[in-house]
Amino acid sequence: MIRIGVDVGGTNTDAVVMDGDKILAGVKSPTTEDVMGGVAESITKVLDQSGVPSGQVGAVMIGTTHFVNAVVERRHMERTAAVRLCLPAAQCLPPMVDWPDDIREAVGGHYWMAKGGHEFDGREINALDMTELDDIAAQIGAAGIETVAISSIFSPVNDDMERRAMAQMQKRLPNANFTLSSEIGRLGILERENAAIMNASLRALSRKTVDAFGKALEQVGLTCPYYITQNDGTLMNRDFVQAYPVLTFASGPTNSMRGASFLSGEADAIVVDIGGTTTDVGALVKGFPRQASTTVDVGGVRTNFRMPDVYSIALGGGTIIAGEGDNVKIGPRSVGYRILQDAMVFGGDTLTATDVVVALGLADVGDLSKLAGVDVGRLNIAKDMIDVMVLNAVERMRVSPEPIPILAVGGGSILMPDQIGDLPVIRPENFAVANAVGAAIGQISGEVDRIFSLESISRADALKQARTEAVAKAVAAGAHPDSIELLDQEDVPLAYLPGKATRIRLKVVGSMNV
Amino acid sequence: MSDVMREVTLEDLDAIEIGAAILGTGGGGNPYIGKLRCREELRKGRKIPIIPLDELPDDALVVSLGGIGAPVVGVEKIEEGEECLRALRAVEQEVGRKVDALISAEIGGANSMEPMLTAAQAGLPVVDGDGMGRAFPEMQMITWSIYGQRSTPAAMADEKGNVVVFRSTPNDKWVEDLARANVVVMGAAAGLAQAPMRGEFVKRAAIPGTVTQARNLGRAVLDANRENRDPVQAVIDHEGGKLLMTAKITDLERHLKGGFAVGHMSLEGYGDFLGDTGRINLQNEFLIFTRNEVVEVCVPDLIVVLDADTGHPITTEMLRYGQRIAVLGLPCHALLRTPEALAVVGPAAFGYPDITFVPMTAKGEKV
Repeated sequence: MIRIGVDVGGTNTDAVVMDGDKILAGVKSPTTEDVMGGVAESITKVLDQSGVPSGQVGAVMIGTTHFVNAVVERRHMERTAAVRLCLPAAQCLPPMVDWPDDIREAVGGHYWMAKGGHEFDGREINALDMTELDDIAAQIGAAGIETVAISSIFSPVNDDMERRAMAQMQKRLPNANFTLSSEIGRLGILERENAAIMNASLRALSRKTVDAFGKALEQVGLTCPYYITQNDGTLMNRDFVQAYPVLTFASGPTNSMRGASFLSGEADAIVVDIGGTTTDVGALVKGFPRQASTTVDVGGVRTNFRMPDVYSIALGGGTIIAGEGDNVKIGPRSVGYRILQDAMVFGGDTLTATDVVVALGLADVGDLSKLAGVDVGRLNIAKDMIDVMVLNAVERMRVSPEPIPILAVGGGSILMPDQIGDLPVIRPENFAVANAVGAAIGQISGEVDRIFSLESISRADALKQARTEAVAKAVAAGAHPDSIELLDQEDVPLAYLPGKATRIRLKVVGSMNV
Repeated sequence: MSDVMREVTLEDLDAIEIGAAILGTGGGGNPYIGKLRCREELRKGRKIPIIPLDELPDDALVVSLGGIGAPVVGVEKIEEGEECLRALRAVEQEVGRKVDALISAEIGGANSMEPMLTAAQAGLPVVDGDGMGRAFPEMQMITWSIYGQRSTPAAMADEKGNVVVFRSTPNDKWVEDLARANVVVMGAAAGLAQAPMRGEFVKRAAIPGTVTQARNLGRAVLDANRENRDPVQAVIDHEGGKLLMTAKITDLERHLKGGFAVGHMSLEGYGDFLGDTGRINLQNEFLIFTRNEVVEVCVPDLIVVLDADTGHPITTEMLRYGQRIAVLGLPCHALLRTPEALAVVGPAAFGYPDITFVPMTAKGEKV
């Protein structure tokens, strides 16, 4: 099947056409304010270049940083009602307590705390009070707020109160969107609630953006289904992304890493993505990014949903080199997008990391003669320091002494030596469109998340049963049965429920049926 | 630092969060939630006054405060807010007089913040000191207990208004056992006030100056971060102690045993320590540092693990293969080095009867 992969970044919208494992064409176009224009243009260009008629395209996969950028820039966020079921507990730290002022203002800062929540062992902290919830719903309606985030203490173990509170409030708020924290995050109420509130605030933008994608495809004559990639490298359909826009937050690094893995053929590797200002280092395990185990900061707000573990350092092609001898300093400032004016090799007067590798004959860009006057001793010191920075970042992401390869991608990857410590460096071809390739190879998933009773069957049989159900869901969604693999599995015994209840969450992935 | 700390400011809270985690030596729980709660109190216009240990009147009544429960519950069921205050009031009622000052049971980790929070609510000062000078896993590993102060009358309170008083028990082990059983019923999170003490005893038994020490440690790290200086060196310059090793974690083994995270990590030196191998044994906290097969630092001296780049403390659950760390040794206070203290907090008490505690100070490290 012929697929188109699109990556909508802050600056560029990239697109590739792939036939099975073959890349037929790849292009870059500027991202437009309305998103739609850039997507339509890049798809038109890439189809043109590949010579594939639009009628032969079977699916379009889109990766986008649009939603995470909205949070970082505090734009397009909708006024949101945060409702926490907790009283009498947790009232000392109300929702959004640790948010930077500007983002709290962007979502309006409206919150309510109500009776409810569970203990760790399943007892109720307090029963839900439907009259109280009716009051809150009336206030939300009166304030004209149309999107609601509900959180409840210990809801990842028991989501019953969040669901019942939603049903009650829907009676008075029939047109509102509801986001439940239990559907988004893990234990840690502040971080999970933060993610739920962000999700709620982005629902309107999500609907608009998904519609824009649909219109862009229509405009270029594509009638095939389209998908959006999520944090773990699998695909969401349009209804799903409208409900859970936060699940796209990390799709940029995920697509970059999965694309690098695909382009190099390496499933276990360290990926080093060097841009103009920063270097992002991540780890691939069986072709998927390793997930972070701690909290992740998004636009100054702590969250705990699953995201790739990415370590960033202030090193890029535009990083400014200052000082002489023992005082040579690498960054942290960068000339950034002004590199084509400011770097010495391009005729400017600022010594950058790019100038260092060009002057030492390790890369060939710009005009080498402009660097004639720079002291070689100083260049060598700077190069050694750059190598140490990259080495330290790589070592930090390495999880075992096994010698796995390093995949170098990104515009600044000319800074990378051919060997880092004991690890070989691979530079995949077409790395400039790695993100779009990562989107194009997005996989179909099937997920099961429910409570099993282990009274009549063993844990192993329950897991097997869950897996069979998940596989069936993935196949129904279009995955090739032979390609299906287990991505994630978690079982939590719910000691407080009778009948040896265990919550099993299991996710399988497979390639799109071709 | 020459300036005497008289009050905790908003800026101090960020520093104490880091410093308390450093003194937690890998354990003690995360002070983040406590910091947010203290910040809310200060934003309401309340104050957190600090009283230096030596200014405490002999006849002052001081109560030791802390949270009790499971750390994983603490990040989910956040407290109502006045649990410790209600426990404090119950102890006052039991003793028949008002308390004059509060003190932290354990400066290392989350319990650094509890007395500050209650101080803001009750309008009382916090004594600049604590009962451990670090973090320890069990309640009896506290100087009040080591130097003869009974923890009764004690009281614990939950978010629902339940207050339980332990008026008298045959010994302190009973308080620990009863409190542990009770906290489960209370939903695995409660505030605990215990050991009403005379100022005169506190001056003898508390580890002095540890609130200031936590703030200064955190400040050293934050200032170094801001000015792009080496934060690890900054910690040593400000607080003494010794850089034991800069190293990479080459092996890591952790498992849960009796409610504790138990295990060890292997280290390979780099920089000035190239060629050295190391090992740290842990039980919630870092217990023993071994270089090239020889034990060099052990409990009760403090073994601190910092991120080599940021200088921020790394707790036991955050350890990962390949991390580049700086291992620091900080000498414990003399009160933890006496024979009666070592019987409770020395290596033998943690299951290492063959290791003899040799204080860092005996090797010429400054305190």
